[in-house]
Amino acid sequence: MHPEVEIIFFILLIITALLALNVKNLLLAVVTLTVFSFVSALLYVAMGAVDVGFTEAVVGAGVTGVLFVVLIFKTVRRSSD
Amino acid sequence: MTRKIDNPVVSLVSRLISPFIMLYALYVIFHGHYSPGGGFQGGTMLAAAVLLLRLSVGSEISQLQFRKSWGTRLGAVGVLIYFSTGFLCLLLGGKFLDYKYLAKILPVSEVMARSWGILFVEIGVGVAVMGLLVSIYDDLLEGNPNA
Repeated sequence: MHPEVEIIFFILLIITALLALNVKNLLLAVVTLTVFSFVSALLYVAMGAVDVGFTEAVVGAGVTGVLFVVLIFKTVRRSSD
Repeated sequence: MTRKIDNPVVSLVSRLISPFIMLYALYVIFHGHYSPGGGFQGGTMLAAAVLLLRLSVGSEISQLQFRKSWGTRLGAVGVLIYFSTGFLCLLLGGKFLDYKYLAKILPVSEVMARSWGILFVEIGVGVAVMGLLVSIYDDLLEGNPNA
């Protein structure tokens, strides 16, 4: 629909994905993954799939972030590299 | 969570916002066949409203809003609503989830019976998704005393 908006979203998607993979702090990685999910939801809406975007925003940015944070607090990091 | 910091701003804002998230989730469920949204999205938003209070004020106090034992039961009730709607259509002479045959027991026309049938199914899906998502969170924090 709007190619320049979609290009901005794609660039943001790549940046947030690389950040979530490469960042050392796990909590920061979860937050970046939530941002990735939200940007992909915006991308779905820009492409016209409003229902898919709604689901992605609710599930990806709402609930899985909470579950990941709980799992981080339940586990310990063994290696110190 | 694991920290015991009682921040009044966080607890007040989450207590203020949680009912409005639930209200919007009910709108999403009940308007699911006219607009984007539906049972799954609405149920997930209901679960997110419960999880917000679980995270901010702690598991102990948020039992007042949604008890730990309700999660699995609500999931079972939701699945029961879904399948009873489907099998009711089967018993009334149609196929599974053929809502047209609900008009025999509902005081509406066949066209409106389809709308009501979809509404029943989405209520069932929403209730099941809400109960099971909260249940997953509670099971993850099982045995943690200061959760």
